[in-house]
Amino acid sequence: MLVYTLKRLGLALLVTLAVSMLSFALLYLSGDPAAAIAGETANAEDIEAVRIYYGFDRPWVVQYGEWMFNAIRGDFGTSYYFKLPVSQLVAERLSVTMLLGVCGISFALLTAVPLGVAAAVRPNSIIDRIALFLSVMGQAMPSFWFGLVLIVLFSIKLRILPPSGSDNWQNFVMPTIVLGYYAMPAIMRLTRAGMLDVLGADYVRTARAKGAGEFRVMFKHALRNAIIPVVSLAAVQMGFMLGGSIVVESIFALHGAGYLAWESIGRNDLPTVQALILVFSMFYIVFTFLSDLLNAWLDPRMRVG
Amino acid sequence: MENILSVRGLTVDIPLAAGTLHAVRGIDFDVKRGETLCVVGESGSGKSLTSLAIMGLLPKQAQRSAQVLDFEGVDLQTASNRDMRKLRGNRISMIFQEPMTSLNPAYTIGDQLMEALLLHRKVPKPVARDRAIELLEKVGITAAANRMKQYPHQLSGGLRQRVMIAMALMGEPDLIIADEPTTALDVTIQAQILRLLKDLQRELNMAMILITHDLGVVARVADKVAIMYAGEMVEAGSAAEVFTAPKHPYTRGLLNCIPVPGKTAVGEHLGSIPGIVPSLIDDVDGCAFRSRCDEATAQCASDIPARISPAGHLYRCVHDYDMNQPKSGKA
Repeated sequence: MLVYTLKRLGLALLVTLAVSMLSFALLYLSGDPAAAIAGETANAEDIEAVRIYYGFDRPWVVQYGEWMFNAIRGDFGTSYYFKLPVSQLVAERLSVTMLLGVCGISFALLTAVPLGVAAAVRPNSIIDRIALFLSVMGQAMPSFWFGLVLIVLFSIKLRILPPSGSDNWQNFVMPTIVLGYYAMPAIMRLTRAGMLDVLGADYVRTARAKGAGEFRVMFKHALRNAIIPVVSLAAVQMGFMLGGSIVVESIFALHGAGYLAWESIGRNDLPTVQALILVFSMFYIVFTFLSDLLNAWLDPRMRVG
Repeated sequence: MENILSVRGLTVDIPLAAGTLHAVRGIDFDVKRGETLCVVGESGSGKSLTSLAIMGLLPKQAQRSAQVLDFEGVDLQTASNRDMRKLRGNRISMIFQEPMTSLNPAYTIGDQLMEALLLHRKVPKPVARDRAIELLEKVGITAAANRMKQYPHQLSGGLRQRVMIAMALMGEPDLIIADEPTTALDVTIQAQILRLLKDLQRELNMAMILITHDLGVVARVADKVAIMYAGEMVEAGSAAEVFTAPKHPYTRGLLNCIPVPGKTAVGEHLGSIPGIVPSLIDDVDGCAFRSRCDEATAQCASDIPARISPAGHLYRCVHDYDMNQPKSGKA
């Protein structure tokens, strides 16, 4: 298990390094950064002055090394737009996004897993049909549309939830539902398929033959084996929620990191975009690493490095 | 001695799109303490469904009915789910055909062994652990304490089947049902596992139902033999009776299929039974074996009542067979 953990950790670090190089390269992929900062009215001399001021005239390797060294210390430079330290900016916005992401994935898991198990226990029953209907709806409705429907219903007609903002918990109810419902169908269908598969397994019959009750058979013997692919999927979706909830954050005007990324791209605020890309990628890397560890704990056969 | 298990008129029906499949069609048998009953039959003859019907573990869509299904005074047909759970793994244990997939890959051997006891007895965990180690040693596993910490994928098929046997014994059952326990194993391991089962059954004075399609196995361990064909028990009696004086043409066909050391000449053709098992969907009239039987007559199309020989040997055939007559048809 230790060897496995170290190997996974090494892999995660390598991916981090690759991602950091890519997000650094972004600076140059989107054109001349000095020209972008100097603005459209600047002449060649101004651009040159900006280039020297920001250090864009130095070799790439030196610039990357400096950027990476500072990033490790939590210094991502200064936002071109806000003239504030990027790290401070990102940290503020990230707390909103993380809260939303955790709520969203919890909502998705807490609805999808029990529903998936119930659907698998009685295939083609009314519960299975309802679960199928809910998952097809979730797949088919775009988040922005579903979000707007909720706003119309709960904020305008019923007036029980605020349509926008991020000041108190009521602001998070609708975004959580929209974001969670987006992730729910895949988790639910995967849980159902996994359970159906496992419930026909010989070891489930063995558990029954031992005299184990239905609840124990379902949750101790079957679900632990069926949930393994779900863990990997949920990890990816969690990464997506922490990085990609731009649409949901925009609709509900939640000032989160996704919203900041979207704004910063429009403003050509490259240090902020770089920092956000690195942070979002780190989420994926960390969650993948954690899901690998969790899966190895669930299934001993995976522990072999 | 009193019967531990009595079965009369057990049927299992499975509704299918094409009609009802009569997988088990009214079988009768008894097992006493300390006795081994071997149920023999080919694939699809209903042997496994019979054992699952006793355990109450039939697939959901299967329908079971019986005139008598009695385990030590408990009517298994009217017993609640809760009562059945208390019997399973505790007083009636089962060993399955497929040791490679019958253990849960996510838990250690120790966890799974201890669970079998902890589900039924309020004993402290260390007691369950000691009992598990003791039984692992009993089924011939060395370094049992270390094996307890291992996972199924770290063990070979033979070891896993030994673990399954140890698990079946955790609750000191009165009846053990072994459904083709050696089919998936190497021939050398098969003999070891069988001897082990037989020894344990004698030592613990359990009743055992051994399901198999291997007559060689039967000859070694059976006290009583029941031959199943197409969901019906076509012949049943003591092992000695069935082997030396088979009454049913199907039993004789089966016995003809196995080589006998010293009697079967090198290069001699072994017997085979021509034809295939009839479809059991919808009603089956008369003798199900008649389409494959050399001795079939018009009489065989009518219902065949069970007959009992003076030696207490049950068979379902209208013909009387004289062992001294030359075999008809086959060379």
